[in-house]
Amino acid sequence: MDFVQNIPFFSILLSLFSGTVTSMLNGKWAKRVNAFVIAFIGVMSAVLLSYLLRTKESYTFMMGHFPAPWGNEIRAGVLEALMALFFCVIMLLSLIGGRAHLEEEIAPGKQNLYYILINLLLSSLLALIYTNDLFTAYVFVEINTISACGLIMIRQNGHTFEAAIRYMIMSLLGSGLLLLGICILYDCTGHLLMSNIKSAVTVMSIMGQYHVPLVVAIAFICVGLAIKSALFPFHAWLPNAYGYSTASSAAILSSLVSKGYIFLLIKICYRVIGWQVILDSKVIHILFLFGLCGMIMGSLSAIQENDIRRMIAFSSIAQIGYIYMGIGLGTFEGMTASVYHILSHGATKSLLFIAAVGLTDVSGKSKKFIDLTGAAYRNKFAGIAFTVGSLSMVGVPGFSGFISKLLFGTACVQNTPYKMLPTLICLGISTILNAIYFMKTVIRIYTPIKSSYDKMPVKKTFGYVGALVCFVILNIVLGMCSTPIVSMIQTGLKMFS
Amino acid sequence: MEFGPNLMANYGEAVSMILFAIGFTNLLLQKNLIKKIIGLNIMDTATYLFLALKGYIQGRTAPIVVNGVQEVEAYINPIPAGLVLTGIVVSVSVSALMLSLTIRLYRRYHTLDLDEISTLLKKEEN
Repeated sequence: MDFVQNIPFFSILLSLFSGTVTSMLNGKWAKRVNAFVIAFIGVMSAVLLSYLLRTKESYTFMMGHFPAPWGNEIRAGVLEALMALFFCVIMLLSLIGGRAHLEEEIAPGKQNLYYILINLLLSSLLALIYTNDLFTAYVFVEINTISACGLIMIRQNGHTFEAAIRYMIMSLLGSGLLLLGICILYDCTGHLLMSNIKSAVTVMSIMGQYHVPLVVAIAFICVGLAIKSALFPFHAWLPNAYGYSTASSAAILSSLVSKGYIFLLIKICYRVIGWQVILDSKVIHILFLFGLCGMIMGSLSAIQENDIRRMIAFSSIAQIGYIYMGIGLGTFEGMTASVYHILSHGATKSLLFIAAVGLTDVSGKSKKFIDLTGAAYRNKFAGIAFTVGSLSMVGVPGFSGFISKLLFGTACVQNTPYKMLPTLICLGISTILNAIYFMKTVIRIYTPIKSSYDKMPVKKTFGYVGALVCFVILNIVLGMCSTPIVSMIQTGLKMFS
Repeated sequence: MEFGPNLMANYGEAVSMILFAIGFTNLLLQKNLIKKIIGLNIMDTATYLFLALKGYIQGRTAPIVVNGVQEVEAYINPIPAGLVLTGIVVSVSVSALMLSLTIRLYRRYHTLDLDEISTLLKKEEN
């Protein structure tokens, strides 16, 4: 076994361990340790990714001393390493971008607690990405929920408490369904490791045994994870949670937490149940339908919104709809597009949240559109970054959003007409709606007006501007050099099955 | 598929599913936060009941080695018990978090009704 193969286990453990260390440090040192750990895990994931691209083989890593059917396992392939690297990059940039607000909005003396939550969140995300055991996945889903709830309520006011409790309620409904689905699957197959469940399920579906419990389990797992990642009818908790929490939290929640659950769902589809069984169970048609509804309804709600942060939050619902629509297409191309959109949306949405907070800062902390008029002149960097994010969301060529729309388009054209037509129509309508509310905002922030608000103070913004620049570069790289990334995703997905 | 005998043989599982549904609906639809948390606990406990039933084998004892009996046939499946224990830990921590959030909200708004809290928040904003 190569030494590099220890990286997944080591990065999960390092993140958990640094949480313990930060609890004993003061805010400043906690911040440094946290940034170092995230960067270090990112570098390690990059090393792992290059190793896996070279060997072209995924591997499993035995946890403890018990071999396959009994012990716990970790599995790493190209897609897992790519996701881990991406999550680390986005998390680090979001933290740097929102740092000034963290110091302002968290009660003094409690700042190291925020970094503990971040460490816990990162380790649970990494565990969700790498684990090969279904029950471990459930436990880390719950840890993820708890730390995400902490991220929402760390800024203490009535809105965040209400948002946090609504988030907890919906999440717990989702994880209850997920747990029940896993239990039924365990009872039918007698295994908890993903690869063993898959072989048992394949035998079951060939023999025609336990058809009903299997479909019920698939439905519970899919609906449970859909609730947790805020698919359209289950999205009620989302706008307040993203709209009122501190900027870094909003960026991390929208681009990482919900994506972690979607990645788990994709993993379960391929590695636990098997893609063919999922297709036969017809559950993905429901996801497809809800995805389409989400694409339209999310955008419609965003147009009516009068608060910039909540508008971006509603746009997230539309983008989650895109991802589920891609999964629901039921083809390899659709899945590739969905995974690419996870990356593209993660990079763009965190950019938008961080840029929006810069715009509201120079408008007297008001999030209302009327106060934001001309804000791009008062904070030039945030204005440019917000415009880049908007263009990417709308799907202008050159930015990451264009590539994901292109991939969705090609995927649905290759599909049956029953799915092709509604998808194309919804894609068109949703793009126009996206353009309406994002361009409306861009025009408003670039409307010159004599304003009473001050310009952005120059000092203490180095980190913020740096984070924005990195986000913009990431977006353009995803948009311009998509071919290697798409081929990486395809290799990773092939490794899954 | 014969419905009657199946149901009679698996009445425990049927009970746990009904309990799960009761808990789920309570967590989703109750307005009172404490009742929601009670619903959450009923829902989780129903899942543990389901797991425990599935791990039980008639005529065997708990998987603890006594009097040197080491045959596999003597004991029930220990894995569901392990899963239930893990699940209980998760459920306890989640309930604690929910209860602490409820206390925070109650101190601030002097009510446990989630809809009323939302209305108060809207009033506060305007």
